[in-house]
Amino acid sequence: MKILVPVKRVVDYNIKPRVKADGSGVETAGVKMSMNPFDEIAVEEAVRLREKGAASEVVVVSIGVQQAQDTLRTAMAMGADRAILVLSDESPEPLAVAKVLKTLVEKEGPSLVVLGKQAIDDDMNATGQMLAGLLGWGQGTFASKVDVADGRVVVSREIDGGTEQVSLALPAIVTADLRLNEPRYASLPNIMKAKKKPLETIAAADLGVDMAPRLSIVSVAEPAERKAGIKLGSATELVEKLRNEAKVI
Amino acid sequence: MTALVLLDHEGGQIRKAALSAVTAAARLGDVHVLVTGDAALAQAASRIAGVSKVLHAADARYAHELAEPLAALLVSLAGGYDHIVAAAGATGKNVLPRAAALLDVQPIPDVVSIVDAQTFVRPIYAGNALATVRSADSKKVLTVRSASFDAAPAEGGSAPVEVVAVVDSPDVSRFEAVQLSDSARPDLESARVVVSGGRGMGSEEKFHALDPLADALGAAVGASRAAVDSGFVPNELQVGQTGKIVAPELYMAFGISGAIQHLAGMKDSRVIVAVNKDPEAPIFQVADYGIVGDLFEVVPQLVEELKK
Repeated sequence: MKILVPVKRVVDYNIKPRVKADGSGVETAGVKMSMNPFDEIAVEEAVRLREKGAASEVVVVSIGVQQAQDTLRTAMAMGADRAILVLSDESPEPLAVAKVLKTLVEKEGPSLVVLGKQAIDDDMNATGQMLAGLLGWGQGTFASKVDVADGRVVVSREIDGGTEQVSLALPAIVTADLRLNEPRYASLPNIMKAKKKPLETIAAADLGVDMAPRLSIVSVAEPAERKAGIKLGSATELVEKLRNEAKVI
Repeated sequence: MTALVLLDHEGGQIRKAALSAVTAAARLGDVHVLVTGDAALAQAASRIAGVSKVLHAADARYAHELAEPLAALLVSLAGGYDHIVAAAGATGKNVLPRAAALLDVQPIPDVVSIVDAQTFVRPIYAGNALATVRSADSKKVLTVRSASFDAAPAEGGSAPVEVVAVVDSPDVSRFEAVQLSDSARPDLESARVVVSGGRGMGSEEKFHALDPLADALGAAVGASRAAVDSGFVPNELQVGQTGKIVAPELYMAFGISGAIQHLAGMKDSRVIVAVNKDPEAPIFQVADYGIVGDLFEVVPQLVEELKK
């Protein structure tokens, strides 16, 4: 069984994003970029499934600029077997990404596609669901546990008031939530080994997918800043303020 | 123009967040709602103020709001609507993008403000930026943040209920089981007061130090991602970019340092209180009232004061 894991290169999660002065977006030039943290969890889960013998090959794919190669090498250093880079200029929307991934799924024939539940840049939380829709596959989103057996995958899902389990026929889509696993750090020997693993590059234009954005950005702005308030000396003072000044209790 | 709102439910009740989605949809036009489950849920939907028609997907295959059949149903109903809306909760985020893909539409998640019928404001980068986006799609598919729209009154309406026919969909998924945390406390996303704990709570056992305070205030209990990752509390209590987004009248943070990802989930609260040992904790930069001190001393004192 083959597993496909799409990964995205995003502004590193430790960097505080800055809105561009002209309000056209968030500054990414000269900013440290890393693999989307949810995608690391997806890679880890796929590699674990292969290590357990539930899968035979893990293929990672990224859609983006040339530098997304680094992200794919990181995924291979974590244990993915090979990589595909779909070169595109702009940052495509989830609908376009899902269409590109559909063409790759049709070519590669994976039994499982594991994705991060959302990217921490656009916070869309949509690509996995959209790919599942386009393929007509079952979807186990916001997964905290994944069990593959007998041609099905049982996924524990994080829902608003607790957890639920769904059973999906393979092939299927899983999107990873935070508690699914703790991704490993790539060791130096594995980073060296990853440099020799196969990385295929495809031009997005050659896939015949309409990638034109449907959403145009009118503006991007900083949210209103909250001001720091006052420090109080005691619980008595706090309750007095909440009762008589803020009037919230 | 007419909007169709997917009303999500849990434990036999329509979620309060869905009532906020009704309010958001009413800004866009006439409001029809789609609800699954039993007849009592459809009746509850018909009583929501501002709803002019209830579509009831009564068939058992829809009862658990599985994305595969429900998205197919939404697509079959979409023809008559300009907007398809749901609360930005687990159901809306699971079902709507799938339906959008089948409609060849780019969804617009986590809307916090409606500019006009095409233009919406949504946070990106964990709320560190607000993007105003305009959709060129003929239909708009959006999820809305309940913290940004008041809940529509649950009573006052009397919309007619129409049972909708089953639509074919790939038979690839089945519901197995659900574990809901049984809490007598108010729902985290709609509570007036939220009492939250972080890594500073120390352990699962010590996290319960917040219970008497939550009881005294009639508050929901929340937690930071650090507290969830440390195993003190289950994930459904998580407040933050990767958890729930809340905006109560009063948010009290105990032993929470104030990581960006936590602030993304609570910084729109009306009044923020922080109690932390570390005077340099970033949470104090957003708190209206702060106490530098040991939460295990401050919490019992607060409970005593509140009794006075």
